Amino acid sequence: MSKHTAGPGREEQGGRRAYSDPPSKTRRKRVVLADSRAPVTRLRTVVELEEQTSYGEELVRQLIREQLKDATLAWGTVVLIFLALPALFFLVPQLSEVTVAGVGLPWLALGLLPFPLLFVAGYWYNHRAERHERAFVAMVEK
Amino acid sequence: MSAHIWALSGVLAITVTTFLVGWRASRLASTTQDFLVARRTVRSRRNAAAVSGEYLSAASFLGVAGLVLKDGADALWYPVGFTAGYLALMLFVAAPLRRSGAYTVPDFCEARLGSRALRGLAAVFVVFIGILYVVPQLQAAGLALSNVVPGAPTWWGAAGVAIVVIVNVFGGGMRAITVVQAFQYWFKLFAIAAPTFVLCVVFIGKGGLQSSEMTGLAEELPPTFTSAATMTVQTPVLLQVDETVKFAARGTIDDDPVDGSVYWTAGETHEVDAGTTLSFSQGSSVPVVAGAPVDNANWFAPVSTRDDLFATYSLILALFLGTMGLPHVLVRFYTNPDGRAARRTTLHVLVLLSLFYLFPIMLGALSRLYTPELLVTGRTDTAVLLLPTKIAPGLLGEILGAITTAGAFAAFLSTSSGLVVSVSGVLSTDVLRGRVRDFRFATAVAGGVPLALAIALRQSDISLTVGMSFALAASTFSPILVLGVWWRKLTWVGAVAGIVVGGGLVLTALVISTISGLTGDWAPGVIDQPALITVPAAFLTVILVSKMTPAKIPSDVAQIRLRMHAPDGLGLTRDRAVASFGTAEERSRLADGRHRK
Repeated sequence: MSKHTAGPGREEQGGRRAYSDPPSKTRRKRVVLADSRAPVTRLRTVVELEEQTSYGEELVRQLIREQLKDATLAWGTVVLIFLALPALFFLVPQLSEVTVAGVGLPWLALGLLPFPLLFVAGYWYNHRAERHERAFVAMVEK
Repeated sequence: MSAHIWALSGVLAITVTTFLVGWRASRLASTTQDFLVARRTVRSRRNAAAVSGEYLSAASFLGVAGLVLKDGADALWYPVGFTAGYLALMLFVAAPLRRSGAYTVPDFCEARLGSRALRGLAAVFVVFIGILYVVPQLQAAGLALSNVVPGAPTWWGAAGVAIVVIVNVFGGGMRAITVVQAFQYWFKLFAIAAPTFVLCVVFIGKGGLQSSEMTGLAEELPPTFTSAATMTVQTPVLLQVDETVKFAARGTIDDDPVDGSVYWTAGETHEVDAGTTLSFSQGSSVPVVAGAPVDNANWFAPVSTRDDLFATYSLILALFLGTMGLPHVLVRFYTNPDGRAARRTTLHVLVLLSLFYLFPIMLGALSRLYTPELLVTGRTDTAVLLLPTKIAPGLLGEILGAITTAGAFAAFLSTSSGLVVSVSGVLSTDVLRGRVRDFRFATAVAGGVPLALAIALRQSDISLTVGMSFALAASTFSPILVLGVWWRKLTWVGAVAGIVVGGGLVLTALVISTISGLTGDWAPGVIDQPALITVPAAFLTVILVSKMTPAKIPSDVAQIRLRMHAPDGLGLTRDRAVASFGTAEERSRLADGRHRK
């Protein structure tokens, strides 16, 4: 922003010098009164969002609800699987004796499996959340 | 002796490198914002490495392998929980918290609920959790150094790490630390992965499990010594035996002086005093610290008793929800440029942490075979440091040992730095006036106090102490963060009540467990890991009290929720650190501009 505020100031000085000098020496100056690159009108829906009209509030509420739903779904799935594991090994101790490729099942289930599971849940949520946000922005800027 | 020289040069090398990287980066740091939040310009890949580097503490590098050695399958919940905490963070708080523009937890509390009192209370807990977390790092440094330099008092390591951290943070605050942390992650990964690969190759080359007389990891027999072993117990331990064992001892056992051969029958428990030397012959079975699984079958299988089940669930809860409340984790998210980047960073972090934790688990299992004497002395946390020289005697083992020792020091340095930065960030902005000078003064306090405590307090398992800080974070900050982001009706009165109830319960448990530890371990398992009770209690208190005080819902709640949840592209975010400490130019940009992308 500073670039633009400094711009007109310099032009003004140049202009003043131009009056004192003989007309023949003056060069044409471009006087910038407003930065044409700045958005002229603000987006109506953004204003509505910020001014908390009932429409704007409903939009935000919907977005929050969607995000929370996805987050709870991802979290619920992961937590349910994790909480089931200790109970499963406690109730069915025979499971501990199963070995897959020389490694015990409990070690695979607790030491290896959770990590990809966590990543998949995170990846899915990230994907969904970004999609909701893109849809929201598209709707607001329509 | 040459093993010690190798290890010592490894430690020196990592310390000097940390200094140099930090010093190079700190020349770029000049403003308060640089010190607090690295000007929020860190890219998500590097930031993810920095987050992970800061997070992988002594508990991860040494503690996980030590607990796997001692507790077996049950200990696997530690690495899983340490990682899953980031999923919770990503799902529930990462992006909204970043967009709220708050730069510390207390600042978030004030921004969301508009109460100075709540901010003060939160600041007290941030400082407390921070210190509770730094102390075990420094103690572990002492343990590791006394391993490298035999006969060195344990406070040497603690003091060394504290001084390096304070000087580094002093120089460049968050800006320097970010680069240092990213470097430390990759170094730690190398320092644990390379030895694990080599040791596994050597282990399989020797014929793996079938080769020798060692007990298979799933057999119903106690572990055995693979070679004759002599050890000196340095802190009094309670040992139990599952198989009759005969050995030579010199010192004090069960309050009686002994000098000569000792005979313990199966099922007995004995108290061995500090300074006692025990010598076992090759092939004899290993006595185990009381409370840990005695035979390998028990060690190999997860939860076998109802108490175990309770403790496991409690641990899961503390680790899953505690991560988001840790001060050094949250501050780091503020260095992301926007909410979307915060989410992506967390996704990278999940990958980086998963990659790392595979290795300490493998080392822990190997150490059950090769360093069973640690089960006798109780210093299981040193397994990662000792294993290389045990499996690969000679130069190879010495070099690998030096690498793991250097990696351990990287862990102490990076986590302590992160904590000291965040604690001094809170101290300097909430207690002092937030100038660079105040930040530096706060740094000296935030590093000095834990150092004094680390020297004064008794040492216990690293991961257990860290587990308590997770429980404290989960019972104080996580309800406020989760509900603050998603629940409109949260009030500051409810938040204060939640912190008081949750924090109070955990602190009571901490005091009781410390007393019980000093007077013969009479406290039940709930006290050692209280999260299963304290976290629901804290959540309930926050919700109930908030419902009782609807008049205290902040009037601008809709505005704040819009700012937290609206996508970054709309440019509604306001950075609070800029408003408080930014330059005039930055502030004017904040006032009139939407910095749209």
